[in-house]
Amino acid sequence: MSPQMIDRLWQAGLDTLVMVAASAGIAVLVGLPLALFLVTSGPRGIFPAPRTNRVIGTLVNGFRAVPFIVLLVALIPFTRLVTGTTIGVWAAIVPLAVSATPFFARIAEVSLREVDAGLIEAAQSIGCRRRHILAHVLLPEALPGIVAGFTITLVSMIGASAMAGAVGAGGLGDVAIRYGYQRFDTTVMTAVIAILIALVCLVQLAGDTAVRRLRAR
Amino acid sequence: MLGLAFHGIHDPVRWDTASARPIPAARTATAGGAAGTVRFEAVSKTYRSASGTVQALDAIDLAIPAGTIFGIIGRSGAGKSSLLRTINRLEEPTSGRVIVDGEPIEALDADGLVALRRRIGMIFQHFNLLSAKTVRQNVALPLAVAGVPKAEIGPRVDEVLRLVGLEGKADVYPSRLSGGQKQRVGIARALVTRPAILLCDEATSALDPEATLAILGLLRDINRRLGITIVLITHEMSVIREICSDVVVLERGRIAETGPVWRVFGQPEHAATRALLEPLSRDLPEDLAARLRSDRTAGASLLLRITCAGEALDLAALTGAAGAPVRLIQAGIDRIQGRAVGRMIVAIAGAAPEVEERLRVLGGEIERIGYVAADD
Repeated sequence: MSPQMIDRLWQAGLDTLVMVAASAGIAVLVGLPLALFLVTSGPRGIFPAPRTNRVIGTLVNGFRAVPFIVLLVALIPFTRLVTGTTIGVWAAIVPLAVSATPFFARIAEVSLREVDAGLIEAAQSIGCRRRHILAHVLLPEALPGIVAGFTITLVSMIGASAMAGAVGAGGLGDVAIRYGYQRFDTTVMTAVIAILIALVCLVQLAGDTAVRRLRAR
Repeated sequence: MLGLAFHGIHDPVRWDTASARPIPAARTATAGGAAGTVRFEAVSKTYRSASGTVQALDAIDLAIPAGTIFGIIGRSGAGKSSLLRTINRLEEPTSGRVIVDGEPIEALDADGLVALRRRIGMIFQHFNLLSAKTVRQNVALPLAVAGVPKAEIGPRVDEVLRLVGLEGKADVYPSRLSGGQKQRVGIARALVTRPAILLCDEATSALDPEATLAILGLLRDINRRLGITIVLITHEMSVIREICSDVVVLERGRIAETGPVWRVFGQPEHAATRALLEPLSRDLPEDLAARLRSDRTAGASLLLRITCAGEALDLAALTGAAGAPVRLIQAGIDRIQGRAVGRMIVAIAGAAPEVEERLRVLGGEIERIGYVAADD
């Protein structure tokens, strides 16, 4: 591999990291409140709003149903509105975040739902208000599951970010397609795959360690 | 709202950290009734589900005096849990009123409800401790969410942990504790706000017999030392017999009977009570039970179960009144809350049909079990 190619791989790796990190951050900031809303606004929840709950739930399902590659194209007007451009790393972050947020919200929702209703009842019995129940019961008790779910989200986003090359976002997937696939450069292809495998393993290992620490209590 | 003000968690008078004993003034200064009383007035609860409506509680009228250990028993589905949960409004009655410390609680707004719940502790069958918090953080939570300053929380938590015998366990997580220890944490958490009432929801049902006795002993101790009213629900008659002073038997959402435990258990009047007591009562030996008939045949012996609360039955008088040979099949004395309750099963050979009437004058309760043919 030429020094230029190594440079290119290095830059592509950084681009992937930026895309995944930024959109993962947005997915947590938006997805976690969304998950809390979905869990607590059901008919028997602590903030009952069944109608809004159904609307938001349907909306989340709608975004989850659209394949990422379609979302990437369909969101182009919205992306331009937000970032002022439709190509590059920052333009890819918008569809990535839009795709990852409902995904993460559903996964976090499952963990939050698994919190024993008895714990919420106990919290109410000791005079907890609803915000106390969010802060002291729902979030801390569901945290190991939420972290595990975030790990899954990160891994699937690393995969999705490879598709972002379609809008000229760069990143490892872009390099693999342009050099590895279209120019039949097997070395580059192998290198990209090796880097992606290492990245995914690293994320999974970090996530698993964090979950084990949290569950050890 | 006068009562709430006096029970306010910030009231400095109540923070006597030197002893676990609450300040008497805080106990009695409630408008319209002593602290620690609960009154149910025609409380009904109906659940609606897809399969129709279920009447969980049906016009319950009941008064729980301050300082008692009050047991609520009944078969599963009798409405015990619903009744208990109306006291701190974890369950809202469909109709009727619940009056705590002389104050109707159905009108309380969100703030009033939070204040009420801080005056009522509650412990649960499955403990319901927060796994992400240490013992200390669990016990401190009721004070922390009430905005009590940190400097006051620490000593108070140490104090209740001492009270329940968990001094050394403050900084471990609940998953490291045994069932009995977890329930002690639950009790400490319930007591940390110095409530006047403690609700126990099947508090010993998930514990082994040894831990059950220890927890019941602790509850009795707390009741005596702090004067807290304890309301407990259980399906175990032995729990009621061990610590309760009064009991109410629920059957299909209604009160079957209520009164002091020694009387209700000694001379149960309702079929539901008898059914619940069945496992406790010494029953008929198997060989006799197999030969039991409901109709009288020539030479058959009449089997009677005699229960007498309080005083012992005079055996000589029994034989005399029966006017026929009386054979003792089984006899024993149970101690219920310090009172003796005698039970015996006797067989009377060739008894006249009116023998039960004649025996009744001796006192005690007589129940006909059946006849056993005289082939032995």
